[in-house]
Amino acid sequence: MITMEHVCKSYKVAKRKAGLGEVCKSFFRREHEVVHALKDVSFTIGEGEMVGYIGPNGAGKSSTIKILSGILTPDSGTCRVDGRIPWKNRTEHVRQIGVVFGQRSQLWWDIPVIDSFELLKEIYSVSKENYNRKLEELTELLQLSEILKTPTRQLSLGQRMRCEVAASLLHEPRILFLDEPTIGLDAVSKLAVRDFIKKMNREHKTTVILTTHDMQDIEAIAERVISIGKGQILLDGSLQDLQTAAGVFDVAEGSENVPGGDSKAIEKENTATQSGINLDHVMAALYKKLDIM
Amino acid sequence: MSLRKSISLYIRYAAVCVRSIMEYKLSFGLMIFGRCMIAFTEFLAIRFLFDGLTEIKGYTYGDVLLCFSVIHMSFTLSELIGNGFKTFSGIVKSGEFDRMLLRPCSPILQIIGTRFEIGRTGPLITSTITLCLGIRESQVHWNFLTAFTLLLMILGGTLLFIGLYMLGASFCFFTIEDTSILNALTYGAKEHGKYPIDVYGRGVLRFCTFVIPYTLVQYYPLQFLLGRSTSWVLGLCPVGVVVFLAICYGVWCAGVRNYKSCGS
Repeated sequence: MITMEHVCKSYKVAKRKAGLGEVCKSFFRREHEVVHALKDVSFTIGEGEMVGYIGPNGAGKSSTIKILSGILTPDSGTCRVDGRIPWKNRTEHVRQIGVVFGQRSQLWWDIPVIDSFELLKEIYSVSKENYNRKLEELTELLQLSEILKTPTRQLSLGQRMRCEVAASLLHEPRILFLDEPTIGLDAVSKLAVRDFIKKMNREHKTTVILTTHDMQDIEAIAERVISIGKGQILLDGSLQDLQTAAGVFDVAEGSENVPGGDSKAIEKENTATQSGINLDHVMAALYKKLDIM
Repeated sequence: MSLRKSISLYIRYAAVCVRSIMEYKLSFGLMIFGRCMIAFTEFLAIRFLFDGLTEIKGYTYGDVLLCFSVIHMSFTLSELIGNGFKTFSGIVKSGEFDRMLLRPCSPILQIIGTRFEIGRTGPLITSTITLCLGIRESQVHWNFLTAFTLLLMILGGTLLFIGLYMLGASFCFFTIEDTSILNALTYGAKEHGKYPIDVYGRGVLRFCTFVIPYTLVQYYPLQFLLGRSTSWVLGLCPVGVVVFLAICYGVWCAGVRNYKSCGS
């Protein structure tokens, strides 16, 4: 359904040192540095999969999402989503996808949420019956009935995020991109959003691609994890694979002087990875390890 | 997407903007009033100037008023419609443009739709009044053809300004930050366009013909209106703005291809 082959993307970033003098100098001669956001990224995602796309800040997660959703054009490589090239068949492509940016809102700030939904219905040319049916379903699952008539600016972050997720699903997309959907949410809202995503996937076979820094999101949602660092795919496998890879690396690091390793340490590590907080530590170790390699 | 669908979508976008602005009624009222007053003081300046003069280079008070109203009306209408292009650097920086690219309709429609600012219509009140004054006091012999020319001037002027905003917005794709170079042209044109352009001499007249074609909507059709030239072709000059608009659109498209999203 989604294939990315040898995709590269680089940006030119202007560089200068601190200080007013440097500002003046850079006005006349700017120094640029090329940052390789994506270096030869390839992966395939099948229909109905739920994939967690993880990596440290600046690893290239958002760039990937932007390429897959047709906002950015890669420098080289091919990318197909359902047979479409996202940035070439933009209009047809975006009809089939839903995108939630956790850090940015797609709802109109000053008008009630339901009015935003009505406008989205027009933008995506959703038929009246489909819209009503979907709205009813979303309202029930995300408990929106009380907040639909409130202007977006007066919603709490958790309420807003539930509306954001609903807004991106009104046109019944087959693929849903979630870019840090649980950022800044409280426990209740997080759980609600996670449960909802799982339900969507189960009932509608929606393909979900999720980027996050919250390891509990990954544990709860993702069946498959793709890890990216410095623009390269580091790991592609199940959550179990991730845990073993991280565990092995971590243990190897802790027991360099003891050949064969301490079997108790491995066991300890494996039990530790069962809970999310410790998974954070493991991920940090993994990023550190893999980036060196 | 069909034209009818696009227009209905644009109206819906605009309606959302109007509703958003109405959430802040006092701010809206003050904006209308303030902008209306700015235009009114500009009118007063012309009024007082002609207290001491009877004509400038053969143009009477009424003729200048006509010119003033046409340019003001075009400018206000263009701001009302093309405001999105004027504030485009903000749209790019906030990442809103990313979101626009994720919607299955034209980005241009969304840009002008999301920034429809009804509060900018203040000067329209003033310029409608001055237009009526101008029509009454100018030397124009009104008939179907001259009335049509006047309408073309206003329409052409609106498109010309929108073209300039679009050109300015295109620069944002390359520089991200706002570029004031185009403001110099648009606000400049609004200021000096109050008087028929030939009062500034030949140099300015040439610049405004070959560089930025203001004369197409102001000087040349005015010659026909005032009976200084009998050629009715001059009255159709504003149609030429379409060519300018096409060029601006070309630059815009090149800009969109060059788009590099920013942030998170």
